[in-house]
Amino acid sequence: MAGLTERLDPVRWMGVPMAACMAGTLLFAAPIRVFGLRLPEPVFAMVVVFAWAVLRPTILAPLLLLVLGLFDDLVWGGRVGLWGLGLLVAYGFVLVTRNMMSGQGRPMMWVWWAATLSVCMGSIYLTVRLLTGNAPDLLAVGGQWLPTVLLYPLAERLIAQFEDADPRFR
Amino acid sequence: MSYRDGHFQDLKVPLTWTVGVAVVVAILAAVALLLSDRRESLQSGLIGVGRATADVAASPVGEAISAPGRWTGQATQFIKDYFGAVSENRRLRAENAELRQWKAAAIALDDTNARYRALLGFRTNPPIPMASAHVILDSRGPFADTRLADAGKEKGVEVGNPVMNERGLVGRVIGVAHGASRVLLLTDVASRTPVLVDRTDARAILTGDASQTPKLEYLRGAESIKEGDRILSSGDGGMIPRGLPIGTAVKGLDGSWRVRLDADESSIDFVRILLFKDFSQLVNQQELAQPGAPPAPPAPPSAAPAVSAKPTQSKAKPPSATSNTVSIGAARPAPAPPPLPGASAAAPDSAAAPPAAAPSERTQ
Repeated sequence: MAGLTERLDPVRWMGVPMAACMAGTLLFAAPIRVFGLRLPEPVFAMVVVFAWAVLRPTILAPLLLLVLGLFDDLVWGGRVGLWGLGLLVAYGFVLVTRNMMSGQGRPMMWVWWAATLSVCMGSIYLTVRLLTGNAPDLLAVGGQWLPTVLLYPLAERLIAQFEDADPRFR
Repeated sequence: MSYRDGHFQDLKVPLTWTVGVAVVVAILAAVALLLSDRRESLQSGLIGVGRATADVAASPVGEAISAPGRWTGQATQFIKDYFGAVSENRRLRAENAELRQWKAAAIALDDTNARYRALLGFRTNPPIPMASAHVILDSRGPFADTRLADAGKEKGVEVGNPVMNERGLVGRVIGVAHGASRVLLLTDVASRTPVLVDRTDARAILTGDASQTPKLEYLRGAESIKEGDRILSSGDGGMIPRGLPIGTAVKGLDGSWRVRLDADESSIDFVRILLFKDFSQLVNQQELAQPGAPPAPPAPPSAAPAVSAKPTQSKAKPPSATSNTVSIGAARPAPAPPPLPGASAAAPDSAAAPPAAAPSERTQ
């Protein structure tokens, strides 16, 4: 039991990935151009949204996701609470549907990841539309959705690292 | 007494349901934050202070992250310059020859213009001081399109200041801290900028939608715009000076008129923040707010009580940003008193009328 607790140390399976997501967000917000092209701006926070909900439900996760959303809002200069809302809606979606995901292969999990991301960005899209009375361009939304979809291997790695830690939620 | 010996040892709460409740509570907190945030008036309140603090903290981090990219860019540019010096020299010679002709034309036009201004007694805009800055964080998402620039309060930057790169208008400052300022780009979904079509003087509102080409809204008349027309800032509202280059009109795939931004023709790495003072900030508001002599009473009609009530209401209005135009109108020689009481009620409408004559009155 002691070994299990050690493996599920919140700092290791929540703190470190969250810090990595923050670092990735900051790094990709730098005004760097590669061959004249700007860097994409994927939503790194989706990695922990998906992985935490798949691994096991925990009360700490919604709180940390709210903090992570606030961080994204402050770095990207958006309305405070916008990304927190989107991440939490996506987390709730994965939490509700996690039983359907058990035993699925990699391609299906990737599709599920894309669906979760669509729920997150869809909720933010509707909120922005409601608040500003102006719909963001769908191509621009796709420009952030596509690079984020490609981040699934990071979430898969995090899940693989801790999925055997708590047998009750395997 | 250990935890297991306590009264809560038999208490069992279903984890999934508890987490569900935590998610709902967190969502409500996010919604509350969202509703309390006013991105347009950042400088006050807890969120504004928190945002300014975050910008100050992010400033050195962004500086450090962007430095390698900047050095790489400078090294690449150096190599490009070295190998392309001959062709560049040839191109610059041709361009220089063409510019000499434009210079001669500009001198002649400037002379003519100065004479016209002297004849008309036209007051030109005062020169606008600028602060240079370089961009250290760059957000390009569909829901927020902002930049963090490394110039803030210490350089006199204020919320609302227009921001340009070497090609044209980039956006405006929406938050200022010490050493950093947040710039809302024209392409952001929350951005609205009053513009005019240079050829026809038609007015419109440039509305960002996170695409590369923001929309032109509230454009009147089918002939007021055509493909390739130059779009400039109109100066309406007093936030941005008139005549700043913004872009070129293009027809969008959805049939709407859009603007290809001049600022996008080069990178938004270095920017100039115009320390522009709105007319309402320059003018003595207290002096304007002084009640003048009441207009001569009209001939006693039958509805005398209604006549006395309406002017009193209009005088009691507090000075505000939207009332500037009205105040300017009031500074002119007093017109003849309105013959009917309904005429005084139409005074606020004059503020919304096309401000064709207003720029000549203004010192912005």
